[in-house]
Amino acid sequence: MDIRAQVSMVFHLDKCIGCHTCSIACKNIWTDRKGAEYMWWNNVETKPGTGYPTQWEDQGIYKGGWEKKKGKIVLRGAGKKKGLLNIFHNPHMPTIDDYYEPFTYKYLNLIESPEKDIQPTARPVSLITGKPIDIKMGPNWDDDLSGTPDFARQDPNLKNLTAAEAEAMFQLEKMALYYLPRICNHCLNPACVASCPSGAIYKRGEDGVVLINQDVCRAWRMCVTACPYKKSYYNWNSGKSEKCILCYPRIEAGLAPACMHSCVGRIRYLGVILYDAERILQTASADEHHLVEAQLEALVDPYDPEIMESAKANGIADSTLKAAQDSPAYKFVKVWGLALPLHPEYRTLPMLFYVPPLLPVMASVTQTRDEEQKKKLHPISKVWDDKWLYDTSTEEIWGTIDEARFPLKYLASLFSAGDEAQVKTRLKKLMAVRMYRRYKTVGDISEQRALEALKETGLTPEDADGIYYLTSLAKFDDRFVIPASHREQALEMLDFAGDIKGSTGFGTKKIPERGL
Amino acid sequence: MSSLHNFLFIGLPYMAGIIFLAGTIHRFRAASYKISSLSSQFLETKQLFWGSVPFHIGLGVVFLGHLLAFLFPNTLLAWNSYPLRLIILEVTGFAFALCFLFGLVMLLIRRVINERIRAVTTWMDIVIELLLLYQVLFGCTIALKYRWGSSWFASDMAPYLWSLLKLNPNIEAVKAMPGMIQAHVAVAFLILLIFPFTRLVHFLVTPFHYLFRPYQKVIWNWDRKTINNSESGWTKHQPKNT
Repeated sequence: MDIRAQVSMVFHLDKCIGCHTCSIACKNIWTDRKGAEYMWWNNVETKPGTGYPTQWEDQGIYKGGWEKKKGKIVLRGAGKKKGLLNIFHNPHMPTIDDYYEPFTYKYLNLIESPEKDIQPTARPVSLITGKPIDIKMGPNWDDDLSGTPDFARQDPNLKNLTAAEAEAMFQLEKMALYYLPRICNHCLNPACVASCPSGAIYKRGEDGVVLINQDVCRAWRMCVTACPYKKSYYNWNSGKSEKCILCYPRIEAGLAPACMHSCVGRIRYLGVILYDAERILQTASADEHHLVEAQLEALVDPYDPEIMESAKANGIADSTLKAAQDSPAYKFVKVWGLALPLHPEYRTLPMLFYVPPLLPVMASVTQTRDEEQKKKLHPISKVWDDKWLYDTSTEEIWGTIDEARFPLKYLASLFSAGDEAQVKTRLKKLMAVRMYRRYKTVGDISEQRALEALKETGLTPEDADGIYYLTSLAKFDDRFVIPASHREQALEMLDFAGDIKGSTGFGTKKIPERGL
Repeated sequence: MSSLHNFLFIGLPYMAGIIFLAGTIHRFRAASYKISSLSSQFLETKQLFWGSVPFHIGLGVVFLGHLLAFLFPNTLLAWNSYPLRLIILEVTGFAFALCFLFGLVMLLIRRVINERIRAVTTWMDIVIELLLLYQVLFGCTIALKYRWGSSWFASDMAPYLWSLLKLNPNIEAVKAMPGMIQAHVAVAFLILLIFPFTRLVHFLVTPFHYLFRPYQKVIWNWDRKTINNSESGWTKHQPKNT
């Protein structure tokens, strides 16, 4: 047993309103620099949609993550052999056009223009060349464009659906969308770390944050290919790769990461989860339909005395153990079994979990009988032939999950490597908690029925109260249980304090200038 | 002439060697952030393929050929004692030199015509690319004009280079060489001199060590085996990979 601690995250998708406050908070702190303008360490995508970079989930194009070959896992598009052979030209590397060409507007034209007959305009200019460009893509170009042929229908997750199922998703009456906020998953089996020829990328032992040492990165750019989530970005100006650092300077100071702190919908939770590092390889090599179960099994119980002892022997601080016991992430993922990892089939063991969205599945579609009604219409009025009705009647209060507007297959393709049962249990639990709360607050559901619903999903009323509290009421300190960084043991996480005495900032003292 | 020869073939090589060593060490110690291959593939990938791949492979083989001829001149002379072997070696070398030339020209064209690449081009990129172009053009011409290079390099140039290394420079042989070869040699020293101040430094960080490390890397800021043990004293712990 090799118990380690991971600062893990849970995003509750039902609560995400797609406001992009997280993206802006992150950008203002970390990526508002030359070469990094196009980077969104945190981004929010509309699903179904193609995402950022375009179609990042299609590993047939980008060759990210691990794949299982003859029982062993290998990097799909990188690794020792492929990486070194392709070092002069990486055939699977996305280019800036797969993200978007960063741009700004010549606002000064508006102010400095002499008086003319026509209004001056602020032309868009490229932030790379400084020349005027026609903007073809931008951050969140497909925001809220679910259903459109260019975006939603190009969603790589639709490939598991039959043509009829996909078509049904895009009927006007059935169309639904939800938001998928994404940051680096700080994986247990990170493909970026494994792919780095220089050895610049590493996982921090104390809290599991995956970082790129900027002094060691040599722009071999294999991490960009290897990360299946495309969360390692190449800075075209400095010639270094960069990625989400989980705001570690903030975490070390006991603050929540900027994206989480600023989250308007309070969808984000952060806490420690303990795991058994010895099982990483075995877990990542599990059969596709066991991947989720295997990953959850590798996450261990912080109350188990044996685990606690092993954790202490492994240098995990008591305060971190306490944080693991109070962790909201552990509760959502393990205790209540509500959250799932994003695309577990990439086999990187991502440690950012998502509570799947219930809202798009709540309303169901029923057949209508409106012949009588139609007869009453004026002859010139338009009559539709289809008989769909978007049914929000409250007879059943919630429609059944199987008749959902979103096929379970679609959600399963995102969150459980195609295993619909995993998604279904979680949606059922979410539904049961709502029924229980409806019984408690409105009272139009009987106690018996509410308790039966809970029992069927394996939850107790105490669990339901806990889920309700953490979902709806949780205060800052409940949502973010941040372990102390124990600087008294390692004065500076990046450098020795003596080295940087009198200097400002943290860690690096150099101006990040491009080399010759 | 003699003083110019002395400068080009004694003064310049020593100056280049010292500046190369001092400059490289300085760059690694003080500005390792600035050591990068500065790949521009992210901005343009299709043309890069036709430039970068032949350039690197051609340059690699040609450089290795010069290096091996310098290190093992007698083995090379023995190999060349059969005409067929000599011709195979010369033709192979020349083919890779052409490959190098082709790649370099493609890279230069790309750098000039592509607006995005121009935006990340420094004056030093142009200097080093022109020097390399000069060097490969002269090299190819020498190979055609003054046959057989692999043999006379081993018999005349290698002893000269060794004499430099042994701090007992003997420039008689290089003095007697045609001007074109002398120019090729002098520019080689010039490239060595400016090497630490160009993007060529990424050659020194070629990641062969990747082959010998485990895939995953975890770094601890403290010694996790002793940190919770009250009997062990506090020691300064360099972050390391376990």
